[in-house]
Amino acid sequence: MKPKVVQYLDKGEFPLSEGEALALYRAMRRARFFDEKALTLQRQGRLGVYAPFMGQEAAQVGVALALGEKDFVVPSYRESAMLLTRGLPIHTLLLYWRAHPAGWGFPEGVRAVNPYIPIATQIPQAVGLALAGRYRGEDWVVATSIGDGGTSEGDFHEGLNFAAVFDAPVVFLVQNNQYAISVPRAKQMRVDYIARRAEGYGMPGVVVDGNDALAVYLEAKKAVERARKGEGPTLLEALTYRLAPHTTSDDPSRYRTREEEEAWRAKDPLLRLRKALEARGLWDEERERGLLAELEAEFARELALADSAREPRPEEIVEHVYAAMGPDQRRAWEALRQGKHVEEVW
Amino acid sequence: MVTEKARVLNLVQAINEALDLALARDERVLVFGEDVGRLGGVFRVTEGLQAKYGERRVFDTPLAESGILGLAIGLAMGGMRPVAEIQFAGFLYPALDQILSHLGRWRHRSRGRVGLPVVVRAPYGGGVHTPEQHADSPEALLCHTPGVKVVIPSSPERAKGLLLSAIEDEDPVFFLEAIKLYRGSRAEVPEGYYTLPLGRARVVREGGAATLIGYGGMVEVMLEAAEVAAKEGVEVMVVDLETLVPLDEETLLWAVRETGRAVVVYEAMRTGGFGAEIAARIAEGAIDHLQAPVVRVAGYDAPYPPFSAIEHHYRPSARRVLAALRRVLTH
Ligand SMILES: Cc1ncc(C[n+]2csc(CCOP(=O)(O)OP(=O)(O)O)c2C)c(N)n1
Repeated sequence: MKPKVVQYLDKGEFPLSEGEALALYRAMRRARFFDEKALTLQRQGRLGVYAPFMGQEAAQVGVALALGEKDFVVPSYRESAMLLTRGLPIHTLLLYWRAHPAGWGFPEGVRAVNPYIPIATQIPQAVGLALAGRYRGEDWVVATSIGDGGTSEGDFHEGLNFAAVFDAPVVFLVQNNQYAISVPRAKQMRVDYIARRAEGYGMPGVVVDGNDALAVYLEAKKAVERARKGEGPTLLEALTYRLAPHTTSDDPSRYRTREEEEAWRAKDPLLRLRKALEARGLWDEERERGLLAELEAEFARELALADSAREPRPEEIVEHVYAAMGPDQRRAWEALRQGKHVEEVW
Repeated sequence: MVTEKARVLNLVQAINEALDLALARDERVLVFGEDVGRLGGVFRVTEGLQAKYGERRVFDTPLAESGILGLAIGLAMGGMRPVAEIQFAGFLYPALDQILSHLGRWRHRSRGRVGLPVVVRAPYGGGVHTPEQHADSPEALLCHTPGVKVVIPSSPERAKGLLLSAIEDEDPVFFLEAIKLYRGSRAEVPEGYYTLPLGRARVVREGGAATLIGYGGMVEVMLEAAEVAAKEGVEVMVVDLETLVPLDEETLLWAVRETGRAVVVYEAMRTGGFGAEIAARIAEGAIDHLQAPVVRVAGYDAPYPPFSAIEHHYRPSARRVLAALRRVLTH
């Protein structure tokens, strides 16, 4: 039997307050704005390799906004929208994607950790972070995200099993954007819905229309509440699509068709929500222009901040490897600080 | 070499050609990994192979490195000759259990009855501003695994012959390909099927003042340093190890004895890196010939920096090799 795919927008349903709906739209618009700017900066050589999330805003923003202040996100490399929505400053994110040391590190005051590059390794860690909250008497919830391809890794399975066994307060978001780089979902696994796997671990699995912000947000809220009440983890599968390449070094025309991309473009989560807001008189062209002007100004300020970051120092290479520098790092640090290398100063 | 004809190819094209020839020659050869089929690999090393040999012989796997290595082991047990790709050597880590507990051990634990002719190809190394963990050089981890061989070519024509040997080899072989060389190195590559022996180091430049020893992406760095030194009238010998396990100790010690001075160059973290093994072998086998301590030029004891603006300080450069050379020459 096919699982039910939760969605509201196509049915004309709108079980959300005006404030929540506008917050969702605003955060999604801001994220899209960032993504477009980031792609442009990358093409100008002002950003390193970048992983765009265009098309996945509803999934990321929906979950981020469902979290409370003390909850954590444990993101993967594609979760820039999630991080922005959680409050990571734009300039920090730009510096992260510039591979500048100032953009790295547990962002102060933001309940999020660095994005993960190795696939699925974050899943058991998210479970541990969630349990730490319980030990410390804090009822924080952890939301962690992974792609469809990532669910093939062993760590995904071990992590989910742990979470279920320990009733860990975790929301597992699977952004099923149909491809792991070039490999389509059907060649990655022989299960139609990833959320089905939840039953095998002993947790609820929910499938949502990942391009329907209402559906993601409302289901994520339920999952967060369940977790906070001690009822354990949830696997939330958001059916969505990556409209852009895998990263700026990828060429999707080698593995998917224009028609497929166009079909998904028609389901752009941003436009769908905007239409629904307009139909209810909550949004219009003028408000959109106002928001864009605001975002433009914010981005300009943040980009200037990122541009003014000091040059990274060579000796940063060996800083923070241990709590206190060992002799090997110390020797290298001294040399690099003098603009030399260990071979030159021994 | 079976043919005189040669064309200029880069490392990607040369490896692609080797895989093509191996697939054509032996039905048991299979090529698989993440994105190697339709896309032809993220570096296009397997481009066109699926179209030519079909999805049974060249296929995309699910995203699971432990699964890929486990599958390769089973296929080899069953009589196939798998050539698996790990997308980046820094993503071998999820497969370490399969490698350490099984791939390297099966022959020994089956008292010689189960040999695993598996080849694992993986791009490694820095110098091209890749994201975090895409520039790791984990060769020392692999070399520390009994039962596997480790080969790291430094040029297209060597890579082609060495890969064909690796595929013919009865033991598991890790074949690491320097990302920097994929498109950055070009050389004349003979047409047709030919093999080059594993387990042999080669002298790529003659010289009597000192010996530079390295492999893979560091060979061009050593040659650049040697070129600069030569302009100052110092002729140094450059040795490309090519196979780290089994190591050609004979050539290595000969080259060090000839000059009495040695610099070892590798781009992994310094401590416990393969250069430490080389320095130890030299100490054991050629100490009487040494006129200066062996000096290592390596990465620092820190993760390979994802910070593009400063990564070139981590990866050994010709300038650093020259500084080390000066040290061994003035000792
Ligand atoms: C352990 C590991 N293996 C391989 C890679 C290389 N890699 C990066 S992204 C990716 C595909 C991921 O696909 P998916 O999980 O569906 O997430 P998406 O990129 O679509 O968001 C691969 C194979 C990696 N980063 N980590």
